[in-house]
Amino acid sequence: MITELASSLGESIERVGDMCRFLVRIVVQLPRSLTRPQLIVDQIYNTGALSLVIIMLSGLFVGMVLGLQGFELLRRFGSEEALGTAAAIGLVKELGPVVTALLFAGRAGTALASEIGLMRATDQLSAMEMMAVDPVRRVVAPRFLGGVITMPLLAAIFSLIGIYGAQLVGVQMMHVDSGSFWSQMQASVDLRDVNEGIVKSGVFGVACSLIAVYEGYHSEPTAEGVGAATTRTVVTSAVVVLFLDYLITAFFLK
Amino acid sequence: MNEYPHIIEVHDVRYSVGGRPIFDGLNMNFTRGRVTAVMGPSGTGKTTLLRLITGQVAADAGSIEVAGTRLSGLSRTQLFDLRRRMGMLFQNGALLTDLSVFENVAFPLREHTRLPERLIRQMVLTKLQAVGLRGAAGLMPGELSGGMSRRVALARAIVMDPQILIYDEPFVGLDPISMGVILRLIRHLNDALGLTSIVVSHDVREISSVADTVFLLSGGKVVAEGTPQELQSVPSEVVKQFVGGLADGPVPFHYPAPDYFDDLLARDGGRPA
Repeated sequence: MITELASSLGESIERVGDMCRFLVRIVVQLPRSLTRPQLIVDQIYNTGALSLVIIMLSGLFVGMVLGLQGFELLRRFGSEEALGTAAAIGLVKELGPVVTALLFAGRAGTALASEIGLMRATDQLSAMEMMAVDPVRRVVAPRFLGGVITMPLLAAIFSLIGIYGAQLVGVQMMHVDSGSFWSQMQASVDLRDVNEGIVKSGVFGVACSLIAVYEGYHSEPTAEGVGAATTRTVVTSAVVVLFLDYLITAFFLK
Repeated sequence: MNEYPHIIEVHDVRYSVGGRPIFDGLNMNFTRGRVTAVMGPSGTGKTTLLRLITGQVAADAGSIEVAGTRLSGLSRTQLFDLRRRMGMLFQNGALLTDLSVFENVAFPLREHTRLPERLIRQMVLTKLQAVGLRGAAGLMPGELSGGMSRRVALARAIVMDPQILIYDEPFVGLDPISMGVILRLIRHLNDALGLTSIVVSHDVREISSVADTVFLLSGGKVVAEGTPQELQSVPSEVVKQFVGGLADGPVPFHYPAPDYFDDLLARDGGRPA
């Protein structure tokens, strides 16, 4: 039992090391990828624009739930006016980056992993190698960069729509005073809170994109292999995002 | 004119996967300007040979020289430089599915050159015309039949004007007409472009009609070498079995297994060992 645990821990550490090496390979190729901006724009469209609907819808619902729960809780202390602050801080610092990252892993991450995995399974990556084209430069780096650029933007949109959703419930339905909803939010959410959200979404963007392209690139060239890589992408991303979230939160509270 | 008559020299190569030897003292020379076929039963490592020649995997021992350059110890950049002189046709074509036929053929040009668009267009259309698919330039790979995919992949493989063209099982799953087209193209492109072609296949009759030289691999070694006609008269049992398409012989019909009756009467009823 203990040896099994130790060996699986060893494997995990090995995989993290492998991923870091892969990240270095990608970063080395990034400058050359930047000379072909169209490839990156395509990926921003694929990972970003195509994820917009799910991000906006989820943001709206999360914001509305936050509005309801927040209102219920704050009413007990007679401070319903603080709903704007509570919703904004919760969304900007935590829910925005974290939920966006989880949705990103499910929507864009799986698409990236299965696309690259299928390219491996159908010899497209080997064909590129044979044409003296490095697949990491041509396929992986633009997709990685596209994800890294997209994630913070999606998180910002999520938070924005979420705040609107909280406002919708709090102000329109529960009749919290609109003036205090917005002014309290303006007064108590400072740049540090926004920065925390930006840092988180940036880090999650790197993590989720890296995991997706790594799993896809290293998948077994079979149908099962691609399926397993897609599953691993979601599972690993979720765990890593929640772990990193704790670390960054602790860092900002220091 | 040629400093080295053999464009590819494989000398005493050993290679094993997971402790199982695939090649053990393999020697082959591929003559410049010829169509050379590599044949052999499934599992003899024909595709592995191609991976060795193209530097996708490294040999455990021995040496491989391509166009006068020894493969072992090459950096990735040097290997990529060498690969620009090679074209390879994968079994299924391996077209990039997100690009159109035209863009697939233009792909190597766009990656390696800074040619003006007009010239790229001309070069791509010339190559597509050579494989008879100029009219399909606007299609996506998903809209092509198996034979057409391979012809597009062939156009892509020759667009950089390579010296060596490698075909990995180019006839698998093709109807007789498509097979005839690919056969004609192999010969025609080889002679018209002054290439050296290597064709891995086990379609004895088809390949014999275009190949100048044939290597027959079995058990990790070359068991016969010569023109297709010479191969017919080689007395070796392995060659007779392969060329004649016999079910049993030196290459056994049965995969190694424990005794048949013992296996049937085994009590545990579990999966056979």
